[in-house]
Amino acid sequence: MADHAHKLEIFRGLIKFKSNTQKIWGVLLLLTIVTAVEVVLGIYKPEALMSPSMTPFEGGLGATLLNITLSAFIYTKSLNLIFIVLTIVKAYYITWDFMHMRDETKSLRRLVVWTAVFLICYLVFILLQEGGYIESVYTNGFVKRDF
Amino acid sequence: MIIFAQLKNNISTMDSTVVSTGTEGKTWGGGNQPLKASYGKMMMWFFIVSDALTFSGFLAAYGFSRFKFIDYWPIADEVFTHVPFLHGQELPMIYVAFMTFVLIMSSVTMVLAVDAGHQMKKNKVIWYMFFTIIGGIIFVGSQAWEWATFIQGDYGAVQTKGGNILQFGAYKTIDGEEVFKRVAVEEFAIAAHSDRKQHQNKNGLWFVDEGALPAFSVEDVYHGLEAHPNILVRTQTINEEGEKTVLSREESLAQLKANGKRYVKGANLEVNEYGTPLFADFFFFITGFHGFHVLSGVVINIIIFFNVIIGTYERRKNYEMVEKVGLYWHFVDLVWVFVFTFFYLV
Repeated sequence: MADHAHKLEIFRGLIKFKSNTQKIWGVLLLLTIVTAVEVVLGIYKPEALMSPSMTPFEGGLGATLLNITLSAFIYTKSLNLIFIVLTIVKAYYITWDFMHMRDETKSLRRLVVWTAVFLICYLVFILLQEGGYIESVYTNGFVKRDF
Repeated sequence: MIIFAQLKNNISTMDSTVVSTGTEGKTWGGGNQPLKASYGKMMMWFFIVSDALTFSGFLAAYGFSRFKFIDYWPIADEVFTHVPFLHGQELPMIYVAFMTFVLIMSSVTMVLAVDAGHQMKKNKVIWYMFFTIIGGIIFVGSQAWEWATFIQGDYGAVQTKGGNILQFGAYKTIDGEEVFKRVAVEEFAIAAHSDRKQHQNKNGLWFVDEGALPAFSVEDVYHGLEAHPNILVRTQTINEEGEKTVLSREESLAQLKANGKRYVKGANLEVNEYGTPLFADFFFFITGFHGFHVLSGVVINIIIFFNVIIGTYERRKNYEMVEKVGLYWHFVDLVWVFVFTFFYLV
């Protein structure tokens, strides 16, 4: 493994490090900044970010489709959306630079990432959808069984 | 007889002849490694994918339960406010952020160890592995402390007949602003003399057991509440402003009188003072499962650490084993990034 070549640029080549060690420290700096931003936002909870950034569309099928497509902005608090995006950013750099995914072949990368991402999205969608449904049954649609 | 002889003949030719397929040296001729990764590394990646699915199962189940009780879920900021050695100060998230940083830092020393391994620098690998192990131990220790604080609790609450939690507090003026501050039940409850003793199998039915009795009865808490006109009850319901609902004085007394069932302090798997029981259950299972991963990671790191010291990989002329445990260690860090977001931030 001594002849192992590392890809040294991050941000699509915007920053290129001189050595692998330097890249590691650079990524640490990035991860630390992201975590610090998360903690500061989490403590102060800016009022402007405490509600979703868009209101639901109303109308026919088109509005429903728009609501589904833009659901991340319509139904998630902006602050939580920022947290989730920052988490994925951190996960990307941990996997790509610390776990050396950047240096693996494209097929190994896809084998691992696509499988996990697909299955996790599927599971999360089903469970959150179902959780929301049960919540709506608790709050609005109580069904009586004793007639 | 002839058929049998022919069959025998066939078998013997199959045994002795190497079949030529005409694909030798081509893509499907075998013997090539399209993923350019060793067997061990591949298997570590496969394990990581399956373990990632286990963790996402836990986190998705957490999301499911939280969506189910979206308006009643405890606010993590109000639960995890403790930092060791800083008693009585409310510092939400600070300690968890510190733990996150420790784990990221130990990931960095791990990747530096892997890098030093690529360059066959044994002493550097030893030192970086050492720092990684120390980081892991600090993290597991911190998590144990978090658990202990969580289990012990600090304010106490009353569980209602419907399984909800009533917490107590009072409005205080801080910097000219009216803020609702929690008050510990121990500070205002008036303990009455009680003849009720804990039932143990030596003083009652030998086949029936009972846990320790709560420090106060609901009557004790109610008398205390009556005697302190400034104290109010706070319910689990989250209002429009994203805060827990505080009841009026009359409602507080009525609610406690009508529905109070038992005094609760701290947390276990059945009930906790922070809110819905599922919150504590998921806290124990998710952080516990992750903590167990960190613990086993530390143990594996220690084994590899000693292997490096005795020169196993120097003789093997490659440090791929360090890289493989490194993958596992980074994965543990990766999972924590998600646990941190979904349990403590969101």
